[in-house]
Amino acid sequence: MADMSYTPTQTGSNVGKIALRWGLYLMLGLFALFYLMPLFVMITTSFKSLEEIRTGDLISLPREVTLDAWRTAWSGACTGIQCEGVRPFFWNSVLIAIPAVFISTLIGALNGYVVAQWRFKGANLFFALMLFGCFIPFQVVLLPMARMLGLMGLAGTIPGLIFVHVIYGLGFTTLFFRNYYVSIPSELTKAAKVDGAGFFRIFWSVFLPLSLPIIVVTVIWQFTQIWNDFLFGISFSQAGTQPVTVALNNIVNSTTGIKAYNVDMAAAIIAALPTLFVYVVAGKYFVRGLTAGSVKG
Amino acid sequence: MTKWLEENTPKLVLAPSFIIVLIFVYGFIAWTAWVSLTRSRLLPKYEIDGFIQYDRLFASPRWDTAFTNLFVFGFLFIVIAMILGLILAILLDQNIRTEGAIRTIYLYPMALSMIVTGTAWKWILNPGLGLEATVRGWGFETFTFDWLVNPEMAIYTIVIAAIWQSSGFVMALFLAGLRSVDQEIIKAAQVDGIPTWRVYTAIIIPSMAPIFLSAFIVLSHLAIKSFDLVIALTGGGPGYATDLPATYMYAMAFSRGDIGQAASSAMIMMMVVFAIVVPYLYSELRSKDG
Amino acid sequence: MKTHVMGAVSGLAIVVASAAVAEPQAEVLHYWTSGGEAKSVAVLQEEFAENGGTWTDMPVAGGGGDAAGTALRARVLAGNAPTAAQIKGPAIQEWYEEGVLADISAVAEANNWADVLPASIAGHMQCDGTWCAAPVNVHRVDWIWANAEVLAANGIAMPTTWDEFNAAAEQLQAAGIIPLAHGGQAWQDATVFEAVALGILGPDGFQKAFVELDTDTLTSDEMKAVFDQMRTMRGFVDSNFSGRDWNLATAMVMNGEAAFQIMGDWAKGEFMAAGQVPGEDFLCASTPGEGFLYNVDSFAMFEVDGEEKQQGQALLAELVVGQNFQEVFNLNKGSIPARTDVALDAFDSCAILSAEDMAASNDSGSLLPSYAHGMALRGAQSGAITDVVTAHFNSDMSSDDAVQMLADAIANSL
Repeated sequence: MADMSYTPTQTGSNVGKIALRWGLYLMLGLFALFYLMPLFVMITTSFKSLEEIRTGDLISLPREVTLDAWRTAWSGACTGIQCEGVRPFFWNSVLIAIPAVFISTLIGALNGYVVAQWRFKGANLFFALMLFGCFIPFQVVLLPMARMLGLMGLAGTIPGLIFVHVIYGLGFTTLFFRNYYVSIPSELTKAAKVDGAGFFRIFWSVFLPLSLPIIVVTVIWQFTQIWNDFLFGISFSQAGTQPVTVALNNIVNSTTGIKAYNVDMAAAIIAALPTLFVYVVAGKYFVRGLTAGSVKG
Repeated sequence: MTKWLEENTPKLVLAPSFIIVLIFVYGFIAWTAWVSLTRSRLLPKYEIDGFIQYDRLFASPRWDTAFTNLFVFGFLFIVIAMILGLILAILLDQNIRTEGAIRTIYLYPMALSMIVTGTAWKWILNPGLGLEATVRGWGFETFTFDWLVNPEMAIYTIVIAAIWQSSGFVMALFLAGLRSVDQEIIKAAQVDGIPTWRVYTAIIIPSMAPIFLSAFIVLSHLAIKSFDLVIALTGGGPGYATDLPATYMYAMAFSRGDIGQAASSAMIMMMVVFAIVVPYLYSELRSKDG
Repeated sequence: MKTHVMGAVSGLAIVVASAAVAEPQAEVLHYWTSGGEAKSVAVLQEEFAENGGTWTDMPVAGGGGDAAGTALRARVLAGNAPTAAQIKGPAIQEWYEEGVLADISAVAEANNWADVLPASIAGHMQCDGTWCAAPVNVHRVDWIWANAEVLAANGIAMPTTWDEFNAAAEQLQAAGIIPLAHGGQAWQDATVFEAVALGILGPDGFQKAFVELDTDTLTSDEMKAVFDQMRTMRGFVDSNFSGRDWNLATAMVMNGEAAFQIMGDWAKGEFMAAGQVPGEDFLCASTPGEGFLYNVDSFAMFEVDGEEKQQGQALLAELVVGQNFQEVFNLNKGSIPARTDVALDAFDSCAILSAEDMAASNDSGSLLPSYAHGMALRGAQSGAITDVVTAHFNSDMSSDDAVQMLADAIANSL
């Protein structure tokens, strides 16, 4: 536990130390306020009635707390003809995100393992090509990708969306694993080879057990990216396969109708719950995973 | 045969990814390059027609704005997010009792998509509804914070929201870096009576150089792809003062039915990416191969 | 009139009869997702189901159909086009030219669309002499809305010229009321601009400038006067207008903070939802000047395989233009039926005014497509104009420069 290991041994007067401490907490608190501000606005708005929003101050506490907006957002808001809220779309997102995160992490791990530990001529070129791929703006790939998905018979399907997310996630997952494995001494691989272990055997019984921290980082990163994706979701889905971000967009971004801001905000928070949950629960492991070597470069 | 297989397993493992990247990244870039030379409108067409789309692009005042904004936005966003991330990480590294909670608060914006937080930001930054009105309500009648509605300043509100979203992640990177610095050296320095700030500037921060690079790459990737942010916060306005190349390209391709124009702007964007990433890749892989 | 109804019934009978063989299916891509709109589409779905069809809903909201356009392009390229999609204006012809639209002339002719639709609107639904889209409604864009109480308290009548508007606005401003509620988003700037342009250029000038893209008109002194008026109007807007959603601007009129708003008739829905009554709490009038700018939503059918889908398209086209749907849908949406033979008894006074004006302008040749809402020009050109309009409105650009930029932008967009 790195966070406990370092005890400051400052000298100086106790008063000064306490003042410094208070100043520190004050700074951290102020920054926390900055980060929490939008969430505060979203949460308070979601508990207001539409009447109160129409007449009142947008960023004040609700005069009367009502849960109606939450109920509507979950199971009653119209996203087209269906007025079932974001609930049905939630499941689509789960079906897309889980396999896509799993597959892209696995392939990224294997790629990273090869590039870091089984260097051969061209491996670095491969890695460079992969990395550059991280930077391609997604708007560029929409149209040719649509054509490819059509040719492969995956247009509008959940496997199609999984495929797209895996492809454009590979750059980052490979990067994460490569940077992690590069810090593992290559003697380990050599020794295992001498013992007669093969490529997959070494990966499975030597590297994978060491990889938990970086797997956590990769999974968090990928899950966030895929769950929050809107552009691919909107372009490569059809009726019945639309992810939750598209439903959220349908609720939030109607242009010529009455805007129910309270429902918008509640729907937004609901749609964000899984990623929020991941960050809150796994946030600690996230920093720990980064510490464990992925960013040492 | 088995021996061949054994020797070539690593290459075979990479092969599918290699092919996929060749097609779905480089093939598509080539496709975009091709389309940028055509007069494609609603749907892509393939008859080459020279560099007309680039002429049109450079004649467009809106593209000028978008391209300039990319540099203003990108520079401020990357620099400030790094500095803020570093400061937060150092503050948080002082044995804070509530570290877990605070860290989560700093980190959570990364978990939310801007489609979600855009509306809230829009209200907060709106002078009549948000911060300005609230502070004035407290009695500071002359407090002014109207960047969102000022064409000269609006791009800076995009910077603020982008920093809000990403600086927590940078903080996590730096925090991880601080934690992996050898504690013995720090302790030794403290025993010698070297002041804490000196320990940071002279020992800890220099040892984190690779993390600055990682942070730079992650942030420049976010800067170039910034899209949701602008759409949700300003829609490119006031006027088109906050347009970025990504939003310009999207508008051309999908609301204006001008795919050739979109492709040419995409190519210029790719060149910018190339200029940033290639030197990084070069230095990164050079040093590793040693 | 009677024959039209007979035609509709017999047409429906044909479809229903063949429905017994194969069940009509339709996957419909649209961007009507807000509460009122969704209810209106649900009416269509019910009718569709009553006629034995299966409706699959594919809603994509956002950006006035931009997001839906993205989805549509991706699906057409993938060879997975939806059976029907909400497309409007010249985009219909653009899609037709790509060779992906289905011909629905059989339905249109069986139901006499040519007789029940105003000629200029019918023109939008035809491609090379065939029918390729079905109109749903007519939104009027050149509306000015006002808070009745505020106007009465200041002794102001609804303005009938832009000079009157300016005088009224100055008076209101002096009284501490925001004269014009406006949201600074490019499409809203364009909406105000085209209302002003229609008033100052007149219907003929508007047609020349924004349909024919006549350079002389675009750079004329009248066009400079249009930009001058925009500059004047900029002074009537409060300082927080940038990025404001249109409905928040409507709310400002509702609660008396502002006096006027220039916006299409979807704004009426906001007033009604707040329980306000047209003519009592809020007033509606056409913006100063002659003419009528329409924004017509429509469905186009895509070339698809499978008899079920093709029958679904026929049935859908039939129902969309059917009297019942046109009435129910438009009551919910704030617009008026595209058909001229729908009884308007259930509609409010603003809608009736809109329908009367539409008929009158149709006769006088001043029924014009809205450029700001993608009815008059292809996306590249209308977008180029909007870029100039919004850049001018949000800066201190002179009208001379604006007119020059307008001509350049259009030349660059062709």
